[in-house]
Amino acid sequence: MAHEDLVVFLNACFACTGQREFYSDGHEQTVSIAFLHDYIRGNYRRLYARSLAAGLNHFNQGRIVLELLSHSKHLDPEDRREEGQLCRAALAALPPQRAYRVLLGLRERGVNNRRTRAIVREFLAQRPDLAFDALKYRSKLHGLVRHAHPKLQGELGPFLARGWHARRYATALLEQFRRAHFSADAVYDLPFTVAEGLAARHRIDRKQFLKRIGPRLTAAERLRLQSAASRVGLDLEIDLGRAPLTRVALYALSLPAEERQRRSEELHAALTRSARRCLAGAPLPLGRVACVLDRSYSTTGSRDKPRRPLAVALAVDTLLATAASEYQSFWTGGPLADPLLVTPRGQTDLATPLLAALETRPDLVVIISDGFDNDPPRGAGEVCRVFRARLDPERRTAIVHVNPVFDAPHLGPRPLDRSVPTVGLRDAEDLATVLAFARFADGGLSLAELEDYLAVRATELVRRHAPAEPPP
Amino acid sequence: MSSSMNFDETTAGIPLTGLTPAPAQQWGAVRIIPLLRAGSPGDLRLRPRKVDAAAVDVGDGTAYFAFMPHAYVMQWTDDGQPLAAYGAQLHARGSHTPTRQTPILHRMAKREDRNALRFVPLHLAMEGFLALHFGGPDVAWHEYSREALASGLSPRSERAVPGLWIAGLEDALRVFEIHDDQVGVLVFVADALASAFVVPHPDDYLQLHRSLLGDFYGELLFQYGLLYREVQSFDLEIDARTIDTLEQLRTAVASGRRLWHQHSLLMTEGLLARTTRWQTVYRAGQFRLRRFIGELHPEHEGHIGEAIVRADGTLEYLKTYRLSAAQVRRAYLLERLAKHDWHLSRCAESFGDTVPALLVRLRNAGFGYLLKPHILRGL
Repeated sequence: MAHEDLVVFLNACFACTGQREFYSDGHEQTVSIAFLHDYIRGNYRRLYARSLAAGLNHFNQGRIVLELLSHSKHLDPEDRREEGQLCRAALAALPPQRAYRVLLGLRERGVNNRRTRAIVREFLAQRPDLAFDALKYRSKLHGLVRHAHPKLQGELGPFLARGWHARRYATALLEQFRRAHFSADAVYDLPFTVAEGLAARHRIDRKQFLKRIGPRLTAAERLRLQSAASRVGLDLEIDLGRAPLTRVALYALSLPAEERQRRSEELHAALTRSARRCLAGAPLPLGRVACVLDRSYSTTGSRDKPRRPLAVALAVDTLLATAASEYQSFWTGGPLADPLLVTPRGQTDLATPLLAALETRPDLVVIISDGFDNDPPRGAGEVCRVFRARLDPERRTAIVHVNPVFDAPHLGPRPLDRSVPTVGLRDAEDLATVLAFARFADGGLSLAELEDYLAVRATELVRRHAPAEPPP
Repeated sequence: MSSSMNFDETTAGIPLTGLTPAPAQQWGAVRIIPLLRAGSPGDLRLRPRKVDAAAVDVGDGTAYFAFMPHAYVMQWTDDGQPLAAYGAQLHARGSHTPTRQTPILHRMAKREDRNALRFVPLHLAMEGFLALHFGGPDVAWHEYSREALASGLSPRSERAVPGLWIAGLEDALRVFEIHDDQVGVLVFVADALASAFVVPHPDDYLQLHRSLLGDFYGELLFQYGLLYREVQSFDLEIDARTIDTLEQLRTAVASGRRLWHQHSLLMTEGLLARTTRWQTVYRAGQFRLRRFIGELHPEHEGHIGEAIVRADGTLEYLKTYRLSAAQVRRAYLLERLAKHDWHLSRCAESFGDTVPALLVRLRNAGFGYLLKPHILRGL
C-alpha cells in the first residue's frame, strides 16, 4: 500500500505544475495535487521529505518545502535536522524566484517560528549577491524581510525601505537603480526585468531598448525575447545549443512552419547539441531503443502550457536519438520526414506505431503520450497487455510509458495499461531520472528498495549543498 | 405565411453521400463521430458572420423572432443589414440619444451578391417547422375561435436550449481531436443524436467547430446532459489466448478496429433512416439549399434541419435539430388535424378517442387558444 501511494505521489510530482492541461482545468489540477501532498505528508512524513531529492519538478519541490515548514509539530529532533538540511539544500537548488516564492508562502500561511527564521537566514546567507537580489526580486525580498526579520548587511535595509527615494547609495548596483529613475541612460546597467519597467516609464523605444539591454540579458530571457525582437526587426544573438533541451524544442515549435523549414539545419544542430550537453550531465546508456511519439491534437497543451506535450516528445526524440546506440522513432499518424515540422493534428492512434515499434524487437520501447488513446479506445493498452502476457513474458523488451500530462481526476499521469509502468515527465532533461524511477512504477521493486533509493539520493542532495566548512 | 410548408420531395432518410464516418470520440456523456471527406473541391465555401438581429422578415408578412448568434454566408460579402425602430419613442428636440432599434434580417436566405447567399443556420429549419399548418383551420368549424380562423396559429413559439447549457458539451468540443479532412460531426448526448453538422470544406469546419456551442438544441438533450455523467466507452478487447505472434496481434487489433468502426456506422444509420420531407428554399447554381422535416410520430425521435445538396447528390452542408417529445407531439397533432380538414370528431375518431379527449390533448399541447373558450370550460 505504502509503496503504491508513494509511486502515485512521485509520479504526479514529476508531471503536475498546477497549471491547466488540455483535458483538465487549473483548479482541478491544484485541488488534486494539494490532496496528494496533504495525504503523503500526513502518512509518510520521512519519505515525503526525502522525495525532495527524487528529481521532482520545481513546482512540487517548492510545495514540499512549504508543507514541511508549515507542519512541524511533534517531530523527532533527528527528523527535524534531516528535514532542515533537505529544505536548505532544495531551496539553494531551486531557481531564486521560485525559492523566494516558497518562502513568501510561509508568510501567507502565517508560519513564523525559530525553524523558519533559521531557514530564511541560511537561504539568504548562501545567495551569491544579495544586493542583486534586492534589485531583481525586490518585492519578494522585502516581503520576506518584513516577515522573518533576518539581519541585512550594509545598505540593504534602507534600500528595501526607501528604494529610489534615498539621496544616494554607496553600493554601485543600488546607486545605479536609484539613478535609473531619473536618467534613461542608467537603465541599461540594470537586470532586464527591472530595466523593462523603467524603460516604459522613460518611454524608451522598444527596439532601442532591446538593442542596448542585449548584453545584460540572461540566456533564458534571450530565448524568450527572440520573437519579440524579431517583431521589431532586431536580431538578438543567441546560442540555442546552450539552452535547456525542452526550451529549445518549445522555441522551435513556436516558429511558423516555413521558418522551421528554412532554419531546419540550425534548429536540428541546436537540439542535438543541447541533448549532448544534457547527456553529459546525466548519462543515459541505452542499447536498441524504439520510441512511440504522440502528435495528436491533444498535444496542443493548454493556454498555460502551449504545445508542451509535443515539445517534450520532440525533445525526447532528440535525446534518445543521441543517447541510444540504435534508435528508431514512430510517430502517430504515419512517418514524419522531419520531426521539426511536426504539428498537433488528428486523433490518437497509438496501437499502429506501437506494433511497428515492437516489430523491430528493441531492448526498450518508450511511449510518449498523454494516455488518451482513442482510435480505437485502449488500443495501445491492449497491445501492451497481450504482448506482455503472450509474446514476451520474459521481458526481453522493456516498455515504459512516459506521460507529460497530469490527469487531475486520476491523481497522476493517465496510464495505458497495468502491464506497463507509466511515469510523469515535465522536462525531457529529466528522462534519466524518470526511467530510473520506472522500475518502481512497474511494481517489480519493494518499498524497502524505494526507501533506500530515496535515502541515497537525499544524502547526495544534502552533501552537494552543504555549507562550506568555515576555515579553521 | 398563409399556408403550410410546400414539400417538393420525400425520401427515406438523409443519405450522407460523399461522407465517411470516422471512429467516435467520447468525453463524459457526449460522443462525437467525425465525418470525413477526402478532396473537397472548394467551389463552395461557408463563412460565419456575426449578426445582432433578433427578427427575420420571412417575406409573406410573417416575422420570426429568435436569438440568432450568427449567420452563414456562402462566400464572403459585405455586411449590410437594415434596422427598424423599436416601439414609439419620444425624444426632446436636439437630444442625441439614439432611438432604440432592433436590427431586422431581410429573409431567412438572401442573395447578397452574384455568388453569395446569406442564411441563418438552423433558424431556417426551425421557421419551416413553426410554419407547419401555420394558417390554421381551412374550414370554419364552429369550435374554433375567431382569432384562429382569422390569423391561424400566430403567434406560434417553441423553446430550445443553447449548446452552452448542455453539460459537458463545451468540454467535449474543446478536447475533440479534429481530423485533417474532417468536414462534419454527429453529436450524441447520452447516445441520443443531438445534431448532425456538415460543411463543404475542412477549413470551414475548423472555423465553425466552436459554433456548435452557439446553436440551439432540443430540451431533451439538456436533460440528458444533466442526468448522465458518462456513456459507455467501447474499449478494444483482445482475447490473449489466441495470440502467439506479433502478426496475429496486429490482425487482432485490425479486426477489433473494424468491429468498432462498424459500431460507429450503426449509430449513424438508425437516425436518418426515417421518412423525410424536403422543401427547396433556394437554388444557387448547381447547389440547392433545402430544409426538411423528418417523420413526426410521438413514439419516434423527430429531427428537422437544413442541407445544401450538390446537383450530383453530394451533401455539402447539413445541420439538424432534434425535436423534444412535446414538440413532436404538437406537430403530430397539427398534422392529424389538417389531415382531417380540422374536423374535431373525425380526427378524434382516427385516434380512436372521444372529442373531449382530443380537446384535452389540444389544450395540454398548448393549442387551447385555437378553440372557443366556452368549449374548453367544460373539460
